[in-house]
Formats: sequence, structure tokens, C-alpha cells
Amino acid sequence: METFIQQIVNGLVLGSMYALIALGYTMVYGIVNLINFAHGDVMMVGALTAYSMFLLLAHIAPGLPGWLTVVLATIVAMIVCGVLNYFIERLAYRRLRNAPKLAPLVTAIGMSILLETLAMVIWGRDYKVFPSLLPSKIINIHGVVITPVQVMILVLTAVLLLGLTYLIHKTKLGRAMRATAENPRVAALMGVNPNLVISAAFVIGAMLAAIAGVMWYANFSTANFYMGFTPGLKAFTAAVLGGIGNLTGAMLGGVLLGVIEVLGAGYIGTLTGGMFGSNYQDIFAFIVLILVLTLRPQGLLGERVADRA
Amino acid sequence: MLNKQTHLIGFLVAAVLLLAMPLGLQIVGDAWVRIAAFALLYIMLALGLNIVVGLAGLLDLGYIAFYAVGAYSFALLSSNQLTSNFDALGAMFPNGFDVSIWLIIPLGAGLAATFGIILGTPVLKLRGDYLAIVTLGFGEIIRIFMNNLNAPVNITNGPQGISGIHGVRMFGWDLNRNISIGNYTITSVTQYYWLFLALVTLTVIICYRLQDSRIGRAWMAMREDEIAAKAMGINTRNMKLLAFSMGATFGGVAGVMFAAFQGFVSPESFSLMESINVLAMVVIGGMGNIPGVILGAILLSVLPEALRYTGFISDWQQHAFNHVYVDTGILRQLIYSMAMILVMLIRPKGLWPAPEHGKGMAALALGQSKAVHAVPAVVKEGA
Repeated sequence: METFIQQIVNGLVLGSMYALIALGYTMVYGIVNLINFAHGDVMMVGALTAYSMFLLLAHIAPGLPGWLTVVLATIVAMIVCGVLNYFIERLAYRRLRNAPKLAPLVTAIGMSILLETLAMVIWGRDYKVFPSLLPSKIINIHGVVITPVQVMILVLTAVLLLGLTYLIHKTKLGRAMRATAENPRVAALMGVNPNLVISAAFVIGAMLAAIAGVMWYANFSTANFYMGFTPGLKAFTAAVLGGIGNLTGAMLGGVLLGVIEVLGAGYIGTLTGGMFGSNYQDIFAFIVLILVLTLRPQGLLGERVADRA
Repeated sequence: MLNKQTHLIGFLVAAVLLLAMPLGLQIVGDAWVRIAAFALLYIMLALGLNIVVGLAGLLDLGYIAFYAVGAYSFALLSSNQLTSNFDALGAMFPNGFDVSIWLIIPLGAGLAATFGIILGTPVLKLRGDYLAIVTLGFGEIIRIFMNNLNAPVNITNGPQGISGIHGVRMFGWDLNRNISIGNYTITSVTQYYWLFLALVTLTVIICYRLQDSRIGRAWMAMREDEIAAKAMGINTRNMKLLAFSMGATFGGVAGVMFAAFQGFVSPESFSLMESINVLAMVVIGGMGNIPGVILGAILLSVLPEALRYTGFISDWQQHAFNHVYVDTGILRQLIYSMAMILVMLIRPKGLWPAPEHGKGMAALALGQSKAVHAVPAVVKEGA
């Protein structure tokens, strides 16, 4: 039983990070119908920016408490990623808004390779280890262990999800975003500036990805230029699983995917009598996705929309 | 009449040039013949994917899985991999498997087509981007299995891959052996180039015939408007499955050739990036247009190879700054990715897009509705 609860906890932690990244995919998709393939790499830039900030802060303010260093580094990472994603949209996607659908997909893929290469130039190819800035005393509750970093991830994700829900449903910007997602043309006629809304979606998504990047870095304690690929892919899967374009769906999809993956990897060995091991962890996400979409082609919470050519 | 004649002459000249090209490249080095041969393989792959994406309008991000299926079928049936790991088979075939190429090609193609249908069936109801992620997942599942099927029984030899794969032999002609005519040697790579050239020619002919057939028109109708196509009596379910399996067949055959040519396969060659690369060839060349797709495949397969020869820039940096800031590998990726972005920004429909059949007529007919669309713009200006 303890192992089961332990797996659930681990799954929730992994799923929280997936959910934060998935939100960026889904917000952008909901408004401009674009799969932003470079989103995982934005997360990577966030983690590596935090790494550089750690070095810088250790140099200019050596006495700073560890948690404050992480907070400051995260804020800088959020700003850097927000600005970066803003320019990515301006340069690579805006001109292609009315182009054939696959054109922005290819520029997004190009952007992803470009970001990885630039990160390789700036930070090198090696793994950067997360410095010991955060408390590392393991908390043990009846045999279920959890690290302070994991607690922080769970709490922070919950806060961010609530904050984003508030932003989308209660503020003027959120209303503008929902209107643009519903019908860009009518929203524009109602006085909503579509460029502003789209930029806002990209910037907010990138900030969430930056936070997820720092979390990922703190949790797995390594980062390098290629770290964004797999989480990006999984988060995209999560967004589709929940129904792409739907924010609650992305959160649900992310958390579900994390839990399923950890449970699957944990139990596949015993279930198949040792035939398959945890090295098959990565296929669960996709198998679940295929099964869910076979039964519900619009995703878990997606709306059934008529096929638009 | 004259026009037809010049066409024929042009065609013959192109054929002779294409046939003679490796003999010229051989002088520079076998490496370049190899690049040309790989370009031909990528043309086959891109044309296969073009059926799925360009003609039928189904976004497939896991296309490389079919290539992998073809490659592994050849690798398993034409090496010692299975016979050395299963004693019973080893006793029956002490010298390893060596199945005739005439059996493996249809087998690899058929297997890939079957996988195409396996993939196609659950995704029939999915729309564009949902389809993209499911096909992506399918490709990853295949790759992960190939990576891990070395335990509990060793089938694919895991990440190490299968080596010692035999080459192509047909009509007593062994393509792995160099042919010497007097002092002149026709290398093995050149012979493979010719084989691939023949296959690409066949693929191009099939693609043109398909495109102009009833099936091709049904695919294009489905791509433009699925509901309207259905209303016209097209069985969209069967047409989608046919597109997936046809595309997969080409991928499978290309995979068989890849395994024979390389003599080695490993899961690394079938990563998601490869799928994306082939898709980029189709989109950058010009989706749905066969010459465009061929152009895209040649550009994107030759460009990264040509960029390997940018060592002089490193030398120059060393000379100027006493330090190499951007090495050849990085420079290659930078140029490759920026080229991808720029081409799409400048030509969103690809370098050589399909001519818009009958769109002129459609625009005339739609003149009325266009006026309606223009109204909001007028209102906006007024406001």
C-alpha cells in the first residue's frame, strides 16, 4: 500500500510539471490553432537561465539564502522566457497566421532546433547540476517519502493553476482571450486587439514553462540543452489528452499522464512477470492517448467541433 | 509535335545525366555517391509521405515507423541475428538467414502496409492535430519496442542494433561487390545508387498515376472538404486507410533498401526527428506537388551533408580570434534550422507548390461570397 501511495505522489509531482507545460501548448492552440513545437525548448531555456542566475548570484551576493536565490532566478527565467516567446511569435509565426496550416508547424520545428543549437552554443553540451540551495531533508509520512522540492512543486502548481483560472475567467485580458479563441473575427470587431491577445498567450505560456523548467531542474537536479524535448512531447500529449484548447483539460491531462506513467512503470514488471520493465515507461503516455482518443476523439474535456477545412 | 520531341530529348538527357552522375562523383569520393544514394532514399520516403499528407491531407508525424518496419524486416531475415539467438533456428540455418530479396521486398512492403492499417484504424475519426500526436505516439511506440526487444528474448538486439546484414543480390548480381572493368572500378555504392534510381523512377510513375486516378481525386477531395467528399459518395474510411497503407508501403520498401545499403540498423535511425525531417521535406518542397517534394527531399538531405564541409569557417575563427566559437556541427544545425524557418516565411506554400487546379474557376464562382467577406473590413475602416 505504501508503495502505491508513493507512486501516486511521484506521479502527481511529475504530472504537475507536465500540466504547467501543457497549459502553454493549449493556450496557444486555443487561440491560433498552432502546435508550438518550440515550447519544450522554452522550458529548457528557463532551466538554463536559472542555472546562469545561480552562478551570477553566488558571485555578486554570496550571502543570499538559498530559497531567495531560487526565487530570484525563477523570476529572471520567467522574464527571459516571456520575452523569448514573444519574439518567437513575432518572427516565426505572426506572418504565417493565414498561411497553409503546416507552414507554421515547420517553422516551429525549425525554431525548436534553433533554440537547442543556440543553447548548446551558450551553455555547452554538458549537464548542469542543480546546486544545493533548497532544503533536502526528506519528509517521511508513514513510509511515504517526499522531498521539500516535491512539496514545493505541488503547492506552487496548485497556486499557479488557480491564478491562471482566475486570470482567464475573471479579468479583462482573460475575457479577451476567450473571445478570440471563440471567434477571432468577431472578437476583433468587439474591440479586442488580436495581436495583443496572442502575444499575451505566448508570454504567459512561456512564463509557466519557465517555472516548470526550474521545477524540473530542481527535481531531477540536472539540465542541459536537450532536456526540453521529452517533457515537451509529453506535455503536448497531455494537452491533447485533455482536449486541446481547453485549459482545465490540459491540467487534468497533465496530472493524469504523470500518474499513469509512474504507475505503469512501477507495475509493468510484476504484471507481465518480468517480461517488460520500466524501460517501457514512455509508451504508456501514448498507449493511453490512443485508447482515449479512440473512444473520445475530442479528448477528455474537449468540445466536439465541426470539422473546419 | 516539336514540343513533344524536345520533351523527349530533355527527358533522355536527364536520364543519361542521372545515370552517369555517380560515375563522376566516384572520382571525388564514394562519400558523395553515398549522399546521392541517400537523397534517392529520402525521395522515396518523401513521396510516400506526400501521399498521406499532401494528397489525403492526413498529418502523419510517425511516418519513419514504416521505414523502420521495412528496415528491420530485412535486417532480421538477412543476417545472423535470429539464428544466433534461437538455437532451434540456428540448427536449421547454420549460416544465418538469407532470404531472397524478391521475397523480402513484398514482405517488408506488406508488413509496413499492415502497420499502416493498424495505425489508421483507431485514428479514422480524429481531426488534424489530434491525428498528428497519435501518429507521433505510434512512431515512438515502435521505436521504444525496437530499443527494448533484446530482453527477455533477443529479437532486435536493442540499442546496439543489428549488424552484418547481407547486401542485395539478384540475378546472380551482388551489389556489395565492386565491378572492375579493366582498370576502372564501379563501386558498390554506385550500384546501389542505380538500384535506388530505378526504384525512385518507379515510385514517381506510381505517384503520378495515383494522383491522376479516381483514388487520387478522392484523396484530394477528402483533403479539401471531408464532409463534401462523403456527400459525393466517397468512402472516406476506406480512402484514409488506403492512403495510410499506400504511404506505408513506400516507406517499407525504402526501409528494406536502407538496411541492405547500410548493412546495419539501430533504433537511432528511426527517431522522431527523422519523421519530422521527412515531413519538412514534403512541406518545404511543396505539399502535394511531386516535383516539389523531390526538390525538398534533395535539398534537405544534401544540405546537412554539404554543411559538413564548412570546416574552413572554424579555421577562419581560429585564425582571427585564436578560438573556435561555433564549431562545424553547431554551424550546420544553425544554418539548417534557419533555412527551414526562412523558406517557410518567404514561401509558405513551399518552394514549388502544386498548381491550383481549377481554383481560378472556384474563385470566379465564389466572387459573390468574397464580397460578403469583405464587408467586415469595410466596417472596421469606417469605425
